[in-house]
Amino acid sequence: MGKMVEIRWHGRGGQGAVTAAKLLAEAALGQNKYFQAFPEYGPERMGAPIQAFTRISPEPIEIHSNVTNPEIAIVLDPTLVGSIDVTEGLPNDGIVLVNSSEPPQEIKKKLNNQKVKVYSVNATQIALETIGKPIPNTTMLGALIKVTNLMKIDDAVEHVRSSFGKKFNQSVIDGNVKAVERAYDEVSG
Amino acid sequence: MAKTVALTGNAACAQAMRQINPDVVAAYPITPQTTIVEEFATFVANGKVNTEFINVESEHSAMSACVGASAAGARVMTTTSSQGLALMWEILYIASSLRLPIVMHNVNRTLSGPINIHCDHSDSMGARDAGWIQLFCENAQEAYDTTIQAIRIAENKNVHLPVMILYDGFIISHAITRLELLEDEDVKKFVGDYKPEKYLLDIENPVAVGSFDGLHGFYFEHKKVQNEVIERSKDVIVKVGNEYGKLSGRSYGLFEEYKLDDAEVGIVVLGSTAGTAKLVVDQMRDNNKKVGLLKLRSFRPFPAKELFDSLKKLKALAVLDRSSSTGSFGGPLFGEIRSAFYDGKNSPKIIGYIYGLGGRDVSLNDIEKVCNDLSDIVKTGKIKKEIDYLGVRE
Repeated sequence: MGKMVEIRWHGRGGQGAVTAAKLLAEAALGQNKYFQAFPEYGPERMGAPIQAFTRISPEPIEIHSNVTNPEIAIVLDPTLVGSIDVTEGLPNDGIVLVNSSEPPQEIKKKLNNQKVKVYSVNATQIALETIGKPIPNTTMLGALIKVTNLMKIDDAVEHVRSSFGKKFNQSVIDGNVKAVERAYDEVSG
Repeated sequence: MAKTVALTGNAACAQAMRQINPDVVAAYPITPQTTIVEEFATFVANGKVNTEFINVESEHSAMSACVGASAAGARVMTTTSSQGLALMWEILYIASSLRLPIVMHNVNRTLSGPINIHCDHSDSMGARDAGWIQLFCENAQEAYDTTIQAIRIAENKNVHLPVMILYDGFIISHAITRLELLEDEDVKKFVGDYKPEKYLLDIENPVAVGSFDGLHGFYFEHKKVQNEVIERSKDVIVKVGNEYGKLSGRSYGLFEEYKLDDAEVGIVVLGSTAGTAKLVVDQMRDNNKKVGLLKLRSFRPFPAKELFDSLKKLKALAVLDRSSSTGSFGGPLFGEIRSAFYDGKNSPKIIGYIYGLGGRDVSLNDIEKVCNDLSDIVKTGKIKKEIDYLGVRE
C-alpha cells in the first residue's frame, strides 16, 4: 500500500479495542512501516462504546489530528451496529468489518451508509473455541489482514507470538495464533 | 546502534529517564503524565536504575524534594502535568533562582475549569515567568531526544538552570508511534557525570542555600543575573542540539524552519500541531502557494532576535497559541512574536489565533483556513481580525 491507511476500532470498554489498535501498529513496525495508535480518551467504563484508531503508512506520519475519515471501521461488538453509526466519515468504498454471527448482507441493512463493503466473522465464537475467552480483539486482526492485505498473515502470526510471548504462557499464545489464523480463513464478505 | 521501537510518548520519556539514571526522582502521578511515573517506578523496583525514588504526597512536595536533593548535589528529575504543575508554582521559582539544574517533563494538559484532562499549553504558559528553560516537542521522538539533551543543558556550568520539557498530553503522551532509542551506553556517555561546583553535602566547603535576602539585599541584581544566564543558555541549547545530532542523526536548535526560505506567508506554532501544519504547508506548496512554518522549540529563553531574522521576509504571519491568556491582547506566543517585530522595517502583518483549548482537535481544514486568511491579507493589505479563534463552536 502506497499511502496512509486509517482504521477506526469500535468496541465496548473491556473488549480490547485499544489493545487491538496497538497490536496492529506494533505489527506494522515489523513491516518497517510507520504508525500511530491511540484511543479516544473519554469516560471509559466497562461496556460503554469506545473508539480507538490506528494509522499505518510507508512514510513518517506527521499529522496529529483525530481520525475522522477512516477507510476501515472494525466493530468488535455486534450490538454496536445500528446503535451507533459505524460508517460515519467512511468513504463509499470504505470497509466495515464486524464481529458477528450474521452474514454481511444482513449487517449491511442496519448501516447508515450501505455503499460500503461489509465483512463479518464470528470472532467471539472463534475466540471462545481457541483462547477460551470471548475476547475478540486478536481474532479480528486475522480477519482484517485478509480483507485489507495490510501485511502477510505469517508476519502477523509471528508478531502475535513475539508480543504475547513476553506476558503469557504457551497455551495462551497458541490459542491466539489459532484465533488469528481461523479468522483469516473464515471471514466472509 | 539505535533501536527502532513502538512506544507511547510517555514510555519513550521513561526510557530516557532510565538511560539517564538520575540520582533522585521525586514525582507525583497526574493524568496524562501518570504512565511515566508508573514505568519509571517499575525500573526502580526492578533495579534497572540506581535512583532514589521519593514517594511524595503532592506536587508541591515533589518539587520541594527535588530542590532539596538538587541543592545537596544530586542529579534530579521529575515529571508532572497541569494541576500538578500549578501546585508546584512557588517552588518552581525557588528552583530557578537557586540555579538548580532539575529536569522535568510537563506533559501539557489544560488547567481546570471546567474540569478537563486534555491538551493545551495553558499549564506551562502559566509557568513561563518562573525562570525555567522551556523546550516544546512535536512528537515522541523529540520528547525522548530532548529529555537526554535537557540534562546537558541544565547542568552546563554557564547555565545551571532547571529545564522543563513540554509535549502534548494524550496526542503525544498516549499515542504509540515509531521512534528510535539510543543505546544505553551512548546516553550514559552523552549525559556524563554530574559534578556540581557547590553543593550542600560538600562538607569541606560549606555553603548556605536559600537564605533571606531582604530589602537592602541583592534580589534585584539576582533577577538581572537570571535574565543574563537564561539568555546565554541559547548558545548551549544549540551546541548540545548539534552534538546530539552527531550522535543520533537528529540535530536540534532553538526552532525548526520548514519551507520558510522563499515563503511569503508563515505560521508559528508549538508542539504537535507543527506536524499537522507541515502537511498543510506541503499541500499549499503543491498548489504553488508559498507557505512556510516555524516550529518554536525554545519558548524560554525566547529567541526574539533569531525569530525576527528568520521571519522578517514574510509578508504575513500567523501565530498559533494553544493557550488563552485571559484578558490579554492575544495569546502569549502572539504577544512576544509581535513585540519582537515592533522595530523592524517592512515587518510582516501578524495575526494571532487561539486554538485547541481543552484538547479540541486541530484539523487540516483549520490550518488551511489560517493559510487562506494569510493569503487574503497579502492580497488586500488588510487584516480583518488581529486575534481570532480556530475551531471554536459558535
